Amino acid sequence: MKTLLNLRALFIAVGMCSLSVQAQEVFKIGLILPMTGQQATTGKQIEAAARLFMAQNGNTVAGRKIELIIKDDGGIPDAAKRIAQELVVNDKVGVLGGFGLTPLALATAPIATQSKTPMVVMAAATSIITEASPYIVRTSFTLAQCSVAMGDWAPKNGIKRVVTLVSDYGPGIDAERFFKERFLLNSGQVIESLRVPLRNPDFAPFLQKVRDLKPDALFVFVPSGAGAAVMKQFLERGMDKAGIKLIGTGDLTDDDQLNDMGDGSLGVVTSHHYSAMHPTAVNKKFVEAFKKANRGMRPNFMAVGGYDGMRVIYEALKNTKGGKGGGDALLAAMKGQIFESPRGQIFIDAQTRDIVQNIYLRRVEKKDGELYNVEFDVIKEVKDPGKSK
Amino acid sequence: MSAVSDSLRSRAGARWWEFAIWLLLLVLPLLLPKHSLLISEITIIALFAMSLDLVLGYSGIVSLGHAAFFGAGAYTAALFAKHINPDPLTGLVFATALTAVLGLVCSPGILRGSDLTRLMVTLGIALILQELANKMDQITGGADGLQGVVMGPVLGYFEFDLMGQTAAWYALAITLLVFLMLRKLVHSPFGFSLKAIRDNRLRAQAIGIPVHARLITVYTLAAAIAGLAGGMQAQTTSFASLDVFGFDRSADVLLMLVIGGTGWLWGGIIGAVVFKTLHSMVSALTPQYWTFWIGLFLVLLMLVGREKLLRPWTWGRRS
Amino acid sequence: MLTLLFDGVAYGMLLFVLAIGLSITLGLMNFINLAHGAFAMAGGYTLVLLMQKAGWPFLPSVLMAFAVSALLGLLLEVTLYRRMYQKPHLDQVLFSIGLTFMAVAAVDYFVGSTQQLVQLPEFLKGRTELWDGALGMGHYRLAIILVCALLAMGLQWLLVHTRFGAQLRASVDDRRVAAGMGINVNTIFMATFAVGSGLAGLGGALGAEVLGLDPIFPLKFMIYFLIVVAVGGTSSLTGPLLAALLLGIADVAGKYYVPKLGAFIVYTLMVLILMWRPQGLFSRGNT
Repeated sequence: MKTLLNLRALFIAVGMCSLSVQAQEVFKIGLILPMTGQQATTGKQIEAAARLFMAQNGNTVAGRKIELIIKDDGGIPDAAKRIAQELVVNDKVGVLGGFGLTPLALATAPIATQSKTPMVVMAAATSIITEASPYIVRTSFTLAQCSVAMGDWAPKNGIKRVVTLVSDYGPGIDAERFFKERFLLNSGQVIESLRVPLRNPDFAPFLQKVRDLKPDALFVFVPSGAGAAVMKQFLERGMDKAGIKLIGTGDLTDDDQLNDMGDGSLGVVTSHHYSAMHPTAVNKKFVEAFKKANRGMRPNFMAVGGYDGMRVIYEALKNTKGGKGGGDALLAAMKGQIFESPRGQIFIDAQTRDIVQNIYLRRVEKKDGELYNVEFDVIKEVKDPGKSK
Repeated sequence: MSAVSDSLRSRAGARWWEFAIWLLLLVLPLLLPKHSLLISEITIIALFAMSLDLVLGYSGIVSLGHAAFFGAGAYTAALFAKHINPDPLTGLVFATALTAVLGLVCSPGILRGSDLTRLMVTLGIALILQELANKMDQITGGADGLQGVVMGPVLGYFEFDLMGQTAAWYALAITLLVFLMLRKLVHSPFGFSLKAIRDNRLRAQAIGIPVHARLITVYTLAAAIAGLAGGMQAQTTSFASLDVFGFDRSADVLLMLVIGGTGWLWGGIIGAVVFKTLHSMVSALTPQYWTFWIGLFLVLLMLVGREKLLRPWTWGRRS
Repeated sequence: MLTLLFDGVAYGMLLFVLAIGLSITLGLMNFINLAHGAFAMAGGYTLVLLMQKAGWPFLPSVLMAFAVSALLGLLLEVTLYRRMYQKPHLDQVLFSIGLTFMAVAAVDYFVGSTQQLVQLPEFLKGRTELWDGALGMGHYRLAIILVCALLAMGLQWLLVHTRFGAQLRASVDDRRVAAGMGINVNTIFMATFAVGSGLAGLGGALGAEVLGLDPIFPLKFMIYFLIVVAVGGTSSLTGPLLAALLLGIADVAGKYYVPKLGAFIVYTLMVLILMWRPQGLFSRGNT
């Protein structure tokens, strides 16, 4: 037993020594992404964006060489947790990043806290994530931000009776809750709230049900990549012809899939924080560079989350002169960052460590022969309503 | 008569290399401290595979849903730690007991029908449990997983550390104990009766072996051990999510068992080590396309045959 | 309600076409081919790639999907599968899972992991409403039902009224005796496997619009195919057909009426059926 104690003490001591030596060494960023499985497209987009950022901004910051380690968690929380542990203990990463789904981020949170490693959430979108660990910083978005925006817009545009359809997990439940609250506040009526399983969803029966309920509009949230299936079913059931409008958060008209959805998706209104057609010079440059580096693939909101996440990490490194002071200093340098992202102006709230950004209302239109989400309205500097209470 | 019992008994003695391997396994966390997490994960899966071997290798029951018990054990242990008592060993006992009951309840399902039927029934049970866990998200956390599980120290002293050392030793110790117990079991008359049932059920019945009773017993036992493995998994990671019931998990453990070889307890251990290590290495090289290389490995392994692969001097020779 | 029935039937017919190849292979060659879903995926991707990259119209692409999958099945049967016939079931399972993994990763590498979307020709889009909306029939699903029904009848005719069918049935019943009677069992296996895989490819192509198509398609739907084969049995054509219809309708109706339970219903139904009739619902009684 004594030997055990001594051994553990030895390991801790060695660990701490290597931490202090780190200032001269390579700085490692560990990205845990779903590269295989149902959310593989998320992993691909974020990886591409991260690599693009490094290609554009070099791989040396404040005198330290940056090494990017990418690991696949397959969308399984157990795996994400173990990989995070290994990255922190074995590879001694200075920052963890990625997290394609809420359960993956939640599972990893204790590791970040225990090891005092900042964790940059680039994709997951449930409000409570930032509360799971004081080391979490988010550069993606929250469903609450988007749903509330839609809950405001819809009643002003002739939509009084709505059925909500969301995927049955954290972000979906958030979307449903916040949309409902805001919608009801604006004297709207939510006839029914349907929840679809996260894995292998089959939308046909659910959409048939919606059709039979005959609302003014259907509000949808599904994770990135599943929007096409919903759209297909919506059109197939002739719901647009039956006078039911389709509204939802921008995950529905994900830039990754939008162009393949066909003209049936024209006119769909969504609320989101990023569109590939956002008309600023910064975004145009970003989209062009991304397409060039990735065989014409269009960046989506996942990519922008990864891109900005890398920027937050780089800026923090610069401000702490290469990460002096370890995880705590880096974290402090991440809070309060404000800059222009391809999506618009964003800043990381120092109190909640969550992202504050503009939420746009967009309509699907055809531009240059391709389908895009064209912004027609904006709500500026939306704080996550999930916390402002 | 005595010649038969002598030959049966001689195989039951432990061979020297078994001691050697176990010794090596036990000091592994010391030799490779960086990989403690991987070691504990492999050990737990090896235990899971051993429990499947009981059912599959020794009794001939094809199961694609053994994860049902793994998952039940995991959630029970996690919930127990969260709501009742964070002590790991108490939780483990509770989880094992509960899963054994579950196994008993499910055992009638595997008694009748063809291989395919059993495959589907076991799979169905695992999927039903997964759906249940998903629906009861007030208790289980649903698709987000069970949060807020904080484990107490093992034996009141060894905390589960970030490096995974405690977890590795915890897993290894318990697995060794179960292994020894199972070893005794499969070399006992009970174990031999299982093999008889596997090889020819009708004949076993004809010589008076109570087939159904034996099958139910072994299935319950296997379920209990799978629950034990699941409980350890939940405890060492302080987390439980729906994937513990998943088809992937059942399929993975089946894969490992077949790689290592069914019908001898080491198959589960070897298969777990080979598969997991391979997965870990390949995934590090190509995080996105590792499934291709693993698939290729499986295809080649099956085409060439496990025995041939392990004996390079037979390559080139026609069987 | 009628619309639900219609949807369920369409889904069921699709599952039938997808799974029938598996049923025949299992019954004939006693080979558990878990890579069956990969052939379906191959058909689906053939359709999508031909339409998107080569600009082919819909119908020829569907036919090509059948052909490509059949050819693929033929090649793999002769080169790889044939060596696995004598091996134990478990080895076959592992082998086919390995093939599936390879297929999934290869497709991901070459085409990418986004959901593939099919642009249907105009005459297949659209919907007919009857009886004031009580029965809404999407034209595409209507087409699926018709095509699959024709296929089912065609297969039945093939099995019952042709020499090949008779030889096939003989080989399924008792391979050794059939070989002893001069039937070239190897050729039968090859042809059957090819047709079975071709049908899977056809199903995958037709189903791309309804079920979705991405690299993990084989893993997602393999369970459904297995359910159809397990419940329907391998000794007839009508068994899997009825099982597929049952599964399709139960799934759709379950998700509509009790959305909270969703897929639960299908699994429970299956477990109960198999526990009551372990040989499958429509089997003749011998394994």
